[in-house]
Amino acid sequence: MSPEAALAHGAEGGALPDDADSAKTPLVSIRNLSKYYVRGDQVIPVLVDIDLDVGAGEYIALMGPSGSGKSTLLNLVAGIDKPSSGEIRVAGVDIARLSDADLALWRASHVGFIFQFYNLMPVLTAYGNVELPLLLTTLSRAERRARVDMALALVGLSDRADHKPNELSGGQQQRVAIARALIADPTLIVADEPTGDLDRTTAEEILGLLERLNDDLGKTIIMVTHDPKAAEKAHRLVHLEKGVLVE
Amino acid sequence: MFVSLLVLRNAFRHKLRTTLTIVGIVVAVAAFGMLRTLIDAWYAGANASSSARLVTRSSVSLVFSLPLSYAQKIRQVEGVEGVGWANWFGGVYVNERNFFAQFAISQSYLDLYPEFVLPDAQRRAFMADRQGAIAGRKLADKFGWKVGDQIPLRGTIYPGTWTFNLRGIYDGSDEGTDTSTFFFHFDYLNETIKRQYPGRGDQTGVFIESLRNADDAAGVSAAIDTTFKNSLAETLTETEKAFQLGFVSMSEAILLAIQAVSYVVIVIIMAVMANTMAMTARERYGEYATFKALGFSNGFVAMLIFAESLGIALLGGALGVLATFPLAETFAQTIGSILTGFKVSGETVVTQMLAALTIGIVAAAVPAWRAARVRIVDGLRAIG
Repeated sequence: MSPEAALAHGAEGGALPDDADSAKTPLVSIRNLSKYYVRGDQVIPVLVDIDLDVGAGEYIALMGPSGSGKSTLLNLVAGIDKPSSGEIRVAGVDIARLSDADLALWRASHVGFIFQFYNLMPVLTAYGNVELPLLLTTLSRAERRARVDMALALVGLSDRADHKPNELSGGQQQRVAIARALIADPTLIVADEPTGDLDRTTAEEILGLLERLNDDLGKTIIMVTHDPKAAEKAHRLVHLEKGVLVE
Repeated sequence: MFVSLLVLRNAFRHKLRTTLTIVGIVVAVAAFGMLRTLIDAWYAGANASSSARLVTRSSVSLVFSLPLSYAQKIRQVEGVEGVGWANWFGGVYVNERNFFAQFAISQSYLDLYPEFVLPDAQRRAFMADRQGAIAGRKLADKFGWKVGDQIPLRGTIYPGTWTFNLRGIYDGSDEGTDTSTFFFHFDYLNETIKRQYPGRGDQTGVFIESLRNADDAAGVSAAIDTTFKNSLAETLTETEKAFQLGFVSMSEAILLAIQAVSYVVIVIIMAVMANTMAMTARERYGEYATFKALGFSNGFVAMLIFAESLGIALLGGALGVLATFPLAETFAQTIGSILTGFKVSGETVVTQMLAALTIGIVAAAVPAWRAARVRIVDGLRAIG
């Protein structure tokens, strides 16, 4: 079995809706979503009355100028921030209503994160970083090892498993982060400027890898980017301006 | 396994910072242990003394003597088994730095102290020699004395040079027995004084009584003091333990100060350690936020900080405890017989490790609480 096939079928985490359902029910369904911050007696709106659906297996790019609210929207969908009002359903679960503890468990099994600055643990090797999400599962050590080996093979870093982040290039670190994002077979992968810290050639490699995750593994990807070339790879572009959706 | 590895690697990410923190804890815990041992040593005499022996002294002050004739009357008090007496000599051996306790004692004195173990032959030799003396093992070892040596003491209370023949070296029946005292015959002192200062003869500093029943201590004490009520030299009788504690209480303020300093040392290193852990946690907010984003709980993040803080504190504490033993040994050798029983007790070791544990917990409390509460989005913003 290829690494792609193994990872696509060895899931303990979130499962995708089946094909028939996914045609009718979006994987992510956002309704009347608003987010605002209060600074003293000032209310600063960041997202205003957002409605958005993302189908299972879709690859969408969120674009917009700085301060438009795209990262905030991504954070809300990923369950690392809470909305001021509205509803966010991911695979049928209204995550806005989950407690902090339940949300943490939900993230562990449903969301894979790819950050602009990779956010790897500097004291852990590539292997250790990729293994992290699996420590929250009931998989045995041998099962974890098999899955980490497959994920590292998928991103082409089998020979770098024992290297720490400071011994890897930026592109390699981002590939480790991608392996970490998909290791628990999440429902959704969220990527915040995944190529923002990389040169053009490396960025192309990373974008190619994301495409493969989407095409070969059927992963749903929501990516925030400023880069039009990165956005071109997505199936759909969603524009935000001053917290309002401009599709 | 994973957590231990992560904590260990995190702890030594900033090797210099962690090493300096550990060194600080080692110094603080060792200093704490030394000060506790000093306090213990201060009380050692009182702890080693018996509650089945009474000490009778002048009710006015210890500096006033009591007539030797009291011995006969004390012996007649109901409950008293044996009576002996002792007088502080206060001589100087070679120079003032060689301080040790010297007592002129009655013939019956050693019968009251079975914890002083002296071979029969040496005891007989001591009793047979008017200028004979015996010394404790610790004292003899310190000055390299052997049985048969002549020990000259320059009198400060009783002028002149007094030469004694060392006839025996006594050991303690247990570890707590003081073996740093020098004893010689009261008769030798008394006869010399009577010759030189006739008015000062037949006087002694204290009487020591052994009891038939230790439970009768209070009643016998009162009976002895009643016997000498309204006399020229009224007495104050108390158990040997209370008598020793009376000496300790004279320096209570100093002891309190030492005790306070020992805790201040711990509080200072606690603040230093708390600052280290706060810095460490602040630098890693991004990592903690990433852990949380991946699904790890707030408790897990707090636990990482507590484990790291406890690891550093307990390692420092253990090294501090190990350092205390040679330090105490060196200190004991330096101060000689001024403080007997200067030994690190098991209780002190436990207290030191508890102090290290407290340092670890207190230092981590606020950083762990903050890290657990930090919002993921705020923590992630710290990266980049």
